Amino acid sequence: MKRSNTLVVLGVSLLLAACTEGEGAKTLSRGADPQLPDPQRGILPSMKIAEPSPWGDQKPTVPEGFSVTAIATDLQIPRQTLVLPNGDILVAEGRGGNAAKLKPKDVIAGYIKAKGNTKVKSGNRLTLLRDADGDGQYELKTVFAADLNAPYGLAFANNKIYVANQDELVSFDYQEGQTKAGGAPTTITKLPSEINHHWTKAMTVSPDGRYLYVGIGSNSNITERGMEAEVDRAMVWQIDATAGTYKPYATGLRNPTALAINPETGQLWSVVNERDELGPDLVPDYLTSVREGGFYGWPYAYWGPNVDPRVKPSDPEKVKATIKPDYSLGSHVAALGLHFSSPVMGEQFANGAFVGEHGSWNRNPPVGYKVIFVPFANGRPAGEPIDFVTGFRTEEGKTRGRPVGVTVDPRGALIVADDLANTVWRVSRNR
Amino acid sequence: MSTVVTANPAYRTPPGTLHTILLAGSVSLFLGALLSDLAYYNTYQIQWSNFASWLIAGAELFSGLALVFALVNLIRAPHKKGHVLTYFLLLLVTWALGLFNAFQHAKDAWAVMPAGLVLSAIVFVLACLATWVGLNPRVGGAP
Repeated sequence: MKRSNTLVVLGVSLLLAACTEGEGAKTLSRGADPQLPDPQRGILPSMKIAEPSPWGDQKPTVPEGFSVTAIATDLQIPRQTLVLPNGDILVAEGRGGNAAKLKPKDVIAGYIKAKGNTKVKSGNRLTLLRDADGDGQYELKTVFAADLNAPYGLAFANNKIYVANQDELVSFDYQEGQTKAGGAPTTITKLPSEINHHWTKAMTVSPDGRYLYVGIGSNSNITERGMEAEVDRAMVWQIDATAGTYKPYATGLRNPTALAINPETGQLWSVVNERDELGPDLVPDYLTSVREGGFYGWPYAYWGPNVDPRVKPSDPEKVKATIKPDYSLGSHVAALGLHFSSPVMGEQFANGAFVGEHGSWNRNPPVGYKVIFVPFANGRPAGEPIDFVTGFRTEEGKTRGRPVGVTVDPRGALIVADDLANTVWRVSRNR
Repeated sequence: MSTVVTANPAYRTPPGTLHTILLAGSVSLFLGALLSDLAYYNTYQIQWSNFASWLIAGAELFSGLALVFALVNLIRAPHKKGHVLTYFLLLLVTWALGLFNAFQHAKDAWAVMPAGLVLSAIVFVLACLATWVGLNPRVGGAP
């Protein structure tokens, strides 16, 4: 715990000094049927914040046959990206949330977590990147739209660019080749934004462009802000793209941080960040198909009908109704990006989903901090996940970057947003 | 209270004003935490748990500073036994268990219960005892 000398707050050093050693990354249980240990929570939660360290000349590690370039740097917290039909890339930049600190613990934990994040101010904008000559260098970097409110989810359909701000869903009219929005955005509907403990509004669009799906995270880890704060939270909304009318499409999804449609089946999928403080190997973050009307457990249960005793009053009916998710990504990996692949990524990565893992803050040793590929067959996950982009942590345990959104570029590349280094990486397939 | 001051070395002077405020204040703060815990236990209303967390934090601050006074008194005492030692040890246990309780209350939602309520009750009783001994130099046996 050599870092603790830099920490002066008594509570902080106490918390850090008590970091308990986990059993190692090998206990990370992934796949369709993960092992679930008994819940455990010492008097102090495990925390391991990886100190940020610049990339310098280093780059992320990518598989053989691929190369990686930083196509944009000095951004203002890039989160999700969108590849437009002409190959231009839009980057949503910002940081949201306005959750009050309710307990002494919130003050201390907030201080510690901030040490593992960027100090850059929220961009609240969309940046457009263009590679006009197709050489892989994005020579144009310009602000497409500014004065947004923590934009996150992006989608393109009906000649419109849809943007999910932390408080509302808006659209911009778009004509191919445009580098700047024609005017102020049009509001489609307000989104739940009280407190916004989990503020990211993930989004995708149905294949026919009729519906937008927006993920709304819970307002707490496990109802510690009260049940009243959870109205319209921890669910995916289906929003009519024209009328702005909406309905809850699936519920009990604690923090659905990225949504995508499987192009093979048209099925909606999500990565979901699960609850903390039940131990280093609980509860698995997961990748799941999102069934209409489905209930996925939060807050009453996890990974099927496993009761979470921290929720009172309890609800046995809800526990019984909990759907088991499709695929465990491992506990605390913090999956924030999801995009389905296509044959442009080569034979090995042709069918499956890329998942960006931001990385853990409350697990020792840390996990995540990479982009993985989950192979699919017949529209379902099939097989072990494959590391696709790694090297986000140094051998000394410092953090160079943290992946967020991942997007497949139809020209044969994966776009990865890195919100610690404020960089967008392009992992392109060598031809 | 001032009449307690005598020439008899068997009796120590009672705590000073600031020391007394800190010591007695921590009793009410620990009591507030206990009552808030009871309210949360009975209603599931999370705000009571938040109140308890802050009251315990305040109580730890007050009793922690009082503990510094108690330590100084102990160091200055010619004989490090009897009342002056009993008071210090009681307050030390109160503070240490109070800190443990503060961490217990840092858990989320119902994970605080029932241990948090039990701890709050024990710590409150200990705080009362420590304060009783601290403010009554005759208690705890002659030095």
